[in-house]
Amino acid sequence: MQFALLIFESPEAFAARNNNDENDPYLGAWRAYHKALVEAGIFVGGNPLQAPETATTVRLKAGKRHVQDGPFADAKEQLGGFTILELPSLDAALDWAARCPAASIGSVEVRPVSPEYMRRVTG
Amino acid sequence: MNGSDLESTHRTIERVARESYGRLVAYLSSNTRDVASAEDALSNALVAALTTWPRDGVPQNPEAWLLTAARHSFIDHVRHLQVAEASEPTLLLLREQSQEMTLSPEFPDERLKLLFVCAHPAIDPAMHTPLMLQTVLGMDAVRIAHAFLISPTTMGQRLVRAKTKIRESGIQFEVPLERELPQRLEAVLEAIYAAFGIGWDDMAGVDQRGRDLAEEAVWLGRVLLRLMPGEAEVRGLLALMLHCEARRSARRGLAGRYVPLLEQNSQQWSLPLIKEAESHLAEASSRGRVGRFQLEAAIQSVHAERARSGRTEWTAIVLFYEQLIRISPTLGTRTGFAAAVGEANGPEAGLAVLDGIDPDDVSAYQPYWAVRAHLLQRLGKTSEAVDAFDRAIGLAEDPAVRQFLLQRRG
Repeated sequence: MQFALLIFESPEAFAARNNNDENDPYLGAWRAYHKALVEAGIFVGGNPLQAPETATTVRLKAGKRHVQDGPFADAKEQLGGFTILELPSLDAALDWAARCPAASIGSVEVRPVSPEYMRRVTG
Repeated sequence: MNGSDLESTHRTIERVARESYGRLVAYLSSNTRDVASAEDALSNALVAALTTWPRDGVPQNPEAWLLTAARHSFIDHVRHLQVAEASEPTLLLLREQSQEMTLSPEFPDERLKLLFVCAHPAIDPAMHTPLMLQTVLGMDAVRIAHAFLISPTTMGQRLVRAKTKIRESGIQFEVPLERELPQRLEAVLEAIYAAFGIGWDDMAGVDQRGRDLAEEAVWLGRVLLRLMPGEAEVRGLLALMLHCEARRSARRGLAGRYVPLLEQNSQQWSLPLIKEAESHLAEASSRGRVGRFQLEAAIQSVHAERARSGRTEWTAIVLFYEQLIRISPTLGTRTGFAAAVGEANGPEAGLAVLDGIDPDDVSAYQPYWAVRAHLLQRLGKTSEAVDAFDRAIGLAEDPAVRQFLLQRRG
């Protein structure tokens, strides 16, 4: 089955991405983590996202367009990226989530991907 | 009752609960095999104690009081069930026991049987340790779930399922017969060591969940030793855990920095714990039945020797590992052996041992990559070492270990 690891990060972690330091330990940890996922043969896909300030949120209310600067929810930790993994069980997914560098400074939400709903969507 | 009396009563309840929980659950469930109901009855009794004891004072024999209260709650519960399920034999049994109880405040310690039930071959091995932590120590499902990295709801469901299985599949509350004993005991020891391993492997020392669990495992080891003082492997396991415990404060440096065993200041190790570990190990070896845990303890004992001699006898460690691999050729043992060979006979020899392990088995096994990185670095194979370091860093869960490896990688 596939699981999504939703990576939540602090403003400091987002800010640190701009330091352009190739020896930044957080970046190093992510490189190593990504390599471990690929070598274990479980990496399906994923991407980091730009900082929450770059978000624009759209909704239609009573036929009117509402456009908002910033992310949907105003929380301290924001979605910083996602990874899709192919794993046999939730237990295994939680093991990999615990190894994620974001787990010790932010949080990692683990969710099963829903192929059933996808089938209904695609018909 | 004034505040400090109230506090001391609460402390008494906590202490009695801790010391008696497993004994009471074991005794209450040993005939009915209904562990869940025994636990419910005991928690009702503890709630009753919290209201009654501060008012009327702590009873002379708190454990007997709890047992009586729990039994009443248990009988009510079974009576309630009886309407639906007609469990007359259980009810009769309970009545008989109840009469027995009024005669003697002492009751047999059935925890050994309970430990064997928790680690029964019919129960999913992954649930052996959680069951033990809950039924013998009274640890709640949420805390167990944190330690095992499983969602609390899922852990709760798995525990319920395991207890239902105990009740319904005819698993007996008994100490196994002689011919089954070694294998069944091995499962009990494994389960206790797994609890300790979670506290140890994550190596944190700063992480409360790990520390608690290691202490609980040592406590279980001591209980088991009291119940089976003649089993060499029980002493072996306790010696192993105590040797590791002795190094707890040396495993972290300033600001929680990770310090590997070879770089630890041996003056920070706890001599009383080392001494206690050594005496258990000596007593175990005098019985002439070598086993996995005694060998692992012996390896730790050689490391502990450094506190006295200032050096590590790697050839002795290699010899113990060779025996250990014959009994227990696990991934952990083989990786430890490679590290020891690397120290005793040089990094090339160590790498040769690692190369003998199937690559499919190690794609998610962090210690293998850490040892491999270290050996490659010693050989000056920089780019291969960096690759191995990356694998070890990517698989590390403890941020301090990750930091340590990042620095080593350079």
